[in-house]
Amino acid sequence: MIKAILIFNNHGKPRLIRFYQYFAEDLQQQIIRETFHLVSKRDDNVCNFLEGGSLIGGSDYKLIYRHYATLYFVFCVDSSESELGILDLIQVNIIQTHVFVETLDKCFENVCELDLIFHMDKVHYILQEVVMGGMVLETNMNEIVGQVELQNRMEKSEGGLSAAPARAVSAVKNMNLPEIPRNINIGDINIKVPSLSPF
Amino acid sequence: MALKIVKGSIDRMFDKNLQDLVRGIRNHKEDEAKYISTCIDEIKQELKQDNIAVKANAVCKLTYLQMLGYDISWAAFNIVEVMSSSKFTYKRIGYLAASQCFHEGTDVIMLTTNQIRKDLSSPNQYDTGVALTGLSCFVTPDLARDLANDIMTLMSHTKPYIRKKAVLIMYKVFLKYPESLRPAFPRLKEKLEDPDPGVQSAAVNVICELARRNPKNYLSLAPLFFKLMTSSTNNWVLIKIIKLFGALTPLEPRLGKKLIEPLTNLIHSTSAMSLLYECVNTVIAVLISLSSGMPNHSASIQLCVQKLRILIEDSDQNLKYLGLLAMSKILKTHPKSVQSHKDLILQCLDDKDESIRLRALDLLYGMVSKKNLMEIVKKLMLHVDKAEGTTYRDELLTKIIDICSQSNYQYITNFEWYISILVELTRLEGTRHGHLIASQMLDVAIRVKAIRGFAVAQMAMLLDSGHLLTGNMQRNGICEVLYAAAWICGEFSEHLDDPMQTLEAMLRPKVASLPGHIQAVYVQNAAKLFATVLQKHEGATDSQAAQDTSQLLIERLPLFVQSANLEVQERASCILQLVKYIQKLQQKDVEVAEEVSALFAGELNPVAPKAQKKVPVPEGLDLDAWINEPPSESESEDEKPKAVFAKEEPKQSRARHIEVDEKELARRREARKQEQANNPFYIKSSPSSQKVYQDAPGVEHIPVVQIDLSVPLKVPGMPMSEQYLKLEEERRQKERADKKKKDKKKKKREKRGKGKRDDSGPESEEDITPAHQVDIVTEEMPENALPSDDDDKDPNDPHKALDIDLDNLLLGNDYRPLADSEKLPVRTHRREVLKSPEEDGDQDGITQEAKRRSSKEKKEKDRKKSKEEEKKKKKKKHKHVVEEEPPEPLSEEPVQSEESAEVAAPPTSTSAEASDLDFWLSSAPVPPPIKEALAPKTSVAAAPDSEPDVPKDAEPDEEKSLKNKKKKQKKEKDEKKKKKRHHHHHHHGDGGGGDSVQNGTVEEEEEEEPLPPMSNYCLLAENSYIKMVYDIQGNLQDGSQVVVSVIFENKSNSFLKSMEFNVLDSLNSKLQRPEGASPHDGLVVPFQLPPGVSNEARFVFSVQSIVMPQKLKGTLTFIVKSEDSSTHEKLDFKLHFTCTSYLITTPCYSDAYAKLLESGDLKSSSLKLEGLNMPFHHLLARICFHHHFSVVERIDSCASMYSRSIQGHHVCLLVKTANQTVSIDAKCDEPSLLANVLDEIKQTFSQC
Repeated sequence: MIKAILIFNNHGKPRLIRFYQYFAEDLQQQIIRETFHLVSKRDDNVCNFLEGGSLIGGSDYKLIYRHYATLYFVFCVDSSESELGILDLIQVNIIQTHVFVETLDKCFENVCELDLIFHMDKVHYILQEVVMGGMVLETNMNEIVGQVELQNRMEKSEGGLSAAPARAVSAVKNMNLPEIPRNINIGDINIKVPSLSPF
Repeated sequence: MALKIVKGSIDRMFDKNLQDLVRGIRNHKEDEAKYISTCIDEIKQELKQDNIAVKANAVCKLTYLQMLGYDISWAAFNIVEVMSSSKFTYKRIGYLAASQCFHEGTDVIMLTTNQIRKDLSSPNQYDTGVALTGLSCFVTPDLARDLANDIMTLMSHTKPYIRKKAVLIMYKVFLKYPESLRPAFPRLKEKLEDPDPGVQSAAVNVICELARRNPKNYLSLAPLFFKLMTSSTNNWVLIKIIKLFGALTPLEPRLGKKLIEPLTNLIHSTSAMSLLYECVNTVIAVLISLSSGMPNHSASIQLCVQKLRILIEDSDQNLKYLGLLAMSKILKTHPKSVQSHKDLILQCLDDKDESIRLRALDLLYGMVSKKNLMEIVKKLMLHVDKAEGTTYRDELLTKIIDICSQSNYQYITNFEWYISILVELTRLEGTRHGHLIASQMLDVAIRVKAIRGFAVAQMAMLLDSGHLLTGNMQRNGICEVLYAAAWICGEFSEHLDDPMQTLEAMLRPKVASLPGHIQAVYVQNAAKLFATVLQKHEGATDSQAAQDTSQLLIERLPLFVQSANLEVQERASCILQLVKYIQKLQQKDVEVAEEVSALFAGELNPVAPKAQKKVPVPEGLDLDAWINEPPSESESEDEKPKAVFAKEEPKQSRARHIEVDEKELARRREARKQEQANNPFYIKSSPSSQKVYQDAPGVEHIPVVQIDLSVPLKVPGMPMSEQYLKLEEERRQKERADKKKKDKKKKKREKRGKGKRDDSGPESEEDITPAHQVDIVTEEMPENALPSDDDDKDPNDPHKALDIDLDNLLLGNDYRPLADSEKLPVRTHRREVLKSPEEDGDQDGITQEAKRRSSKEKKEKDRKKSKEEEKKKKKKKHKHVVEEEPPEPLSEEPVQSEESAEVAAPPTSTSAEASDLDFWLSSAPVPPPIKEALAPKTSVAAAPDSEPDVPKDAEPDEEKSLKNKKKKQKKEKDEKKKKKRHHHHHHHGDGGGGDSVQNGTVEEEEEEEPLPPMSNYCLLAENSYIKMVYDIQGNLQDGSQVVVSVIFENKSNSFLKSMEFNVLDSLNSKLQRPEGASPHDGLVVPFQLPPGVSNEARFVFSVQSIVMPQKLKGTLTFIVKSEDSSTHEKLDFKLHFTCTSYLITTPCYSDAYAKLLESGDLKSSSLKLEGLNMPFHHLLARICFHHHFSVVERIDSCASMYSRSIQGHHVCLLVKTANQTVSIDAKCDEPSLLANVLDEIKQTFSQC
């Protein structure tokens, strides 16, 4: 069983957390900190296994991790999982699928931390096709990519008319406009920005 | 309308979406918390909107915030709202948020049941998929119960995408709702052969998880997995299966043998390292499980070790790490094959990766021998120097000490070397393990007498050098060493060359900066040194020196008197006053040395940790008597067995006080020697040393150290452990030369002294004798202490509930083995239940029971079927069968015995599957391990791993194995417990090499015939509709209860229902009825019997006196329901409570047994059986099985046996056989009980 999947960056900032056993939020954060502490002090050329931290089950559990550029991918697993198998899983599926899906979606050249930061939900959806409830669901990458793609397509088709403006706006926003105006008049539709605090 | 929607969404288009939130947080690095709190306010606003898109967006953002550690449980209801959106986009967001933050305590979860059910049955596979994924994260027991049926339906969905998810989620459902396992299992098993590899993999995954926790229930799937293993190409699946086999092999050694070949093939053929590694791991597991039985699999071990070596030599650190990890598993059973790779492992110590170094260290622990210890430790010491100031260095330090001190310093040949190592280790700065070093110093100095002189010199140096006292040293633990040093110098001060100097060193002002407990030791030992100094000067008539010493103390001690530490203060002021007084006497020229040293006279000897038990209880003290009234009866579960032994104590002590004459003493000394000789826990001293002390009575058991002067006793300056390497080499050479000379002598001596030490090192080890001997006080278990019961399972472990027997389910779909109560709840179910709450309660109460029943019901059905086939054969084999059948001591119609035994055999898996398994296994290339596996005598006709019959003729054999299997499973639990104890025992016994066998285990060294199957069930009553057989067992938990297990078999073609079991209570024995029932009410049998089915029910009886057998009359009433009519029927019976049925098989250690007999409280009686023609071990097995005894000890044709009644009476038997005559001498504290038991034993054998 996989107990948790954590992705965080070189500074310990979580980029994706997925616990398959309930921990309260503050405990989750402690676990992330502890795990980061354990993992970050290791050189890159040492082995990728270590005994689990005390918070997440102690020595019954193993941390299996990989470090890519700015990100750590950490799986906390028990003895029923094959160490090398999980390593392959991280490498082959999570990373490459991500690359692949993102490539299709956004034409990213290379997966980088920013992709994960801004698309945490999408990464979750990919992960859901790989691991479910702490057990490995699928290891065939083509199958995973296929399913993720189909679901994304479905989402797009559902978006249809109503989602179009939102997408447009978000595209505009993505252009990193320095200042976003508070009130905008678009033709004769007077849009009131809701009485929320400013952006 | 459409415009409105568009407008609505345009309204919202400037709401922040997830990306904006992330960007915002990144732009507000300095006041992140504030920014987020405003965002949360926004989100709260958004959640109030009606627009589901807005809500979904808000929930999506919340999911992100949850990752950052913000509690979002307040939005749980909104999450549920989003989950129930009809759009996949939003639904997905909702389920994602739910899976991140919902848990069993989330109260809105109960609102989701219907929504999830709707999603599960959605025509859109992704709706279903997303619901399954979400559910897998937050499934609760309620959800599991309500949705189990829906999910089970999905397991046969047309889309593999849904199938695999449904299969996988079932594991979570099982965990939360264990009742669903049995009904779902057949379908799960089916999925193992699903055409889609993903579904197959999911099913393998689930079964592996299940089997890992309760492997024995899944043994019968082994053939199927075996098939999968040889056919599958999916490495992921293969790995899982191979891992599963690793968990199964310990339970079934035959499986291991079958596996070796295909695994070896895989090892050779696969290119995937992960698969290779798991194969090697499982092969290791197989080898470990076989290591006791099989002659050798050296080829396989060699292969594993070779492959591991390749892994370790690989440049990939991961492979290296795993290789070392697997290596350490082999090390436990096959140390020699690993030892040959010492070079490689030592190399790994230099690895830059700490994890790898630690693994290598672990391996070293098992690889040391007398020969290489010094060399290895030297290498480690080098690493210690290199690893300045890291936790790794601490690890090294503990490992060095572990390695050296393991199994009572077994590998240390020269303790001076060891002391030097310890002293060298004290130079480490910043280690946390000062106390560890200190305790080693103390241990060695106390236990190795010959080393004391050297140790004291070294310790004095430590005290003197003062490098341990310097400032920053104290903050870390190394100053603990001074504790040991001061104590050793004080206690063994007679070895000091210059006690005055040491005394001076111990009273330095700097000492006051040490921790309190160390100062206290300093003060106390300064006093001891003072006594020594005085004594030294006494003879010399140099009163000035002695007075100077007193003066020194008087000057220095006030410093300690002012100490803030109470202990130091108290000791210091005591001693200060004492010294002042002595000084006064000295001034009057009074000789005081004698008296002062008398203060510290007497030697401290090492004491075993549990030696307290050996101290006799003072007369008149009854440890068993309650000081206060006992709180209640119920809590004594664990204490019961111990009470037996506790009772013996006072008896024993009383006996000791009565007789004290010299003769008796001598006799007892002799007896003790004898006992020690036989006691495997007692390490004997060498014969030569015994001679020295022979004149001193009572101390001959204290091992004496031989001093080897080939090592210089004093080494000037700080010790350098390295020099010992050289010295050791020289010493060994010399020894070798000596040995040659002595060879002749030795041969003679060897004949006499058998007390060889048990060495697991290479052969050449024998040649190396230690320079010093350790005064070993083994971790002796007091003879009365039982190894604690091994209930290693966590009671809270959710997997415990999944320990469900599934074998009988595996027949396929023709049978519906599940009782009504077991079917998964369907939606309508609850409503129905509501209508009849009474029935519901009833059902709930018996669910557990009914489940078990129904499983048996099922088995019985199968059994019946096979029986019919067998019947034809039976006639032919009639004779054979009779031979096999056990005598039925209580059966009134002996003719019935074979039939009833058939029925009586506990109805576990008779299924075709199970027999298939046996067949499959027995056709393994290697024949099953018959002889060595034939284990305990007691009722172990078929211990789990034994197969008494070598297959010659397939059919009858199968039949037999069926019976064995049945029996085996019934006894399994008992057996396991017992076995563990035995193992424990024998493990301890290894060193002693006593060959008597104890505690119910008779290990067949010689080839003996396998035991025939036996059963205790005997006929209760029978008519044309129903047949009842029963067995009575004492209740371990409650001394006043017995449990009657009755198997009801429906012989008719009609349905039997509403069975009521009633017994006419006697004064002495009463049927336990539920509260509120009158003593004349019958008990409802909690099941119904379809035609041809049988099932077992248990009834509890309370009894008062157990010394006489009793009979109770009873009636069974039932309704026979055929297609057109139903009639009431009844059947009278007589329950026969024999005295045997009040006995409980209880293991007993031989020494406790001997004491019991000696105590003289037992009345004896005897019995002779003539013309008994059966092997002795059969005889014992029968007594064990039918009369609940256990074998305490067996020597040739004589055995002592023990049992205990539910009320704590001890029953001891001494069974001897000669020329077909068996004599049984028996002792018991209750004569009439004994007489009856003997009668019953006689009856048992008269029926043979």
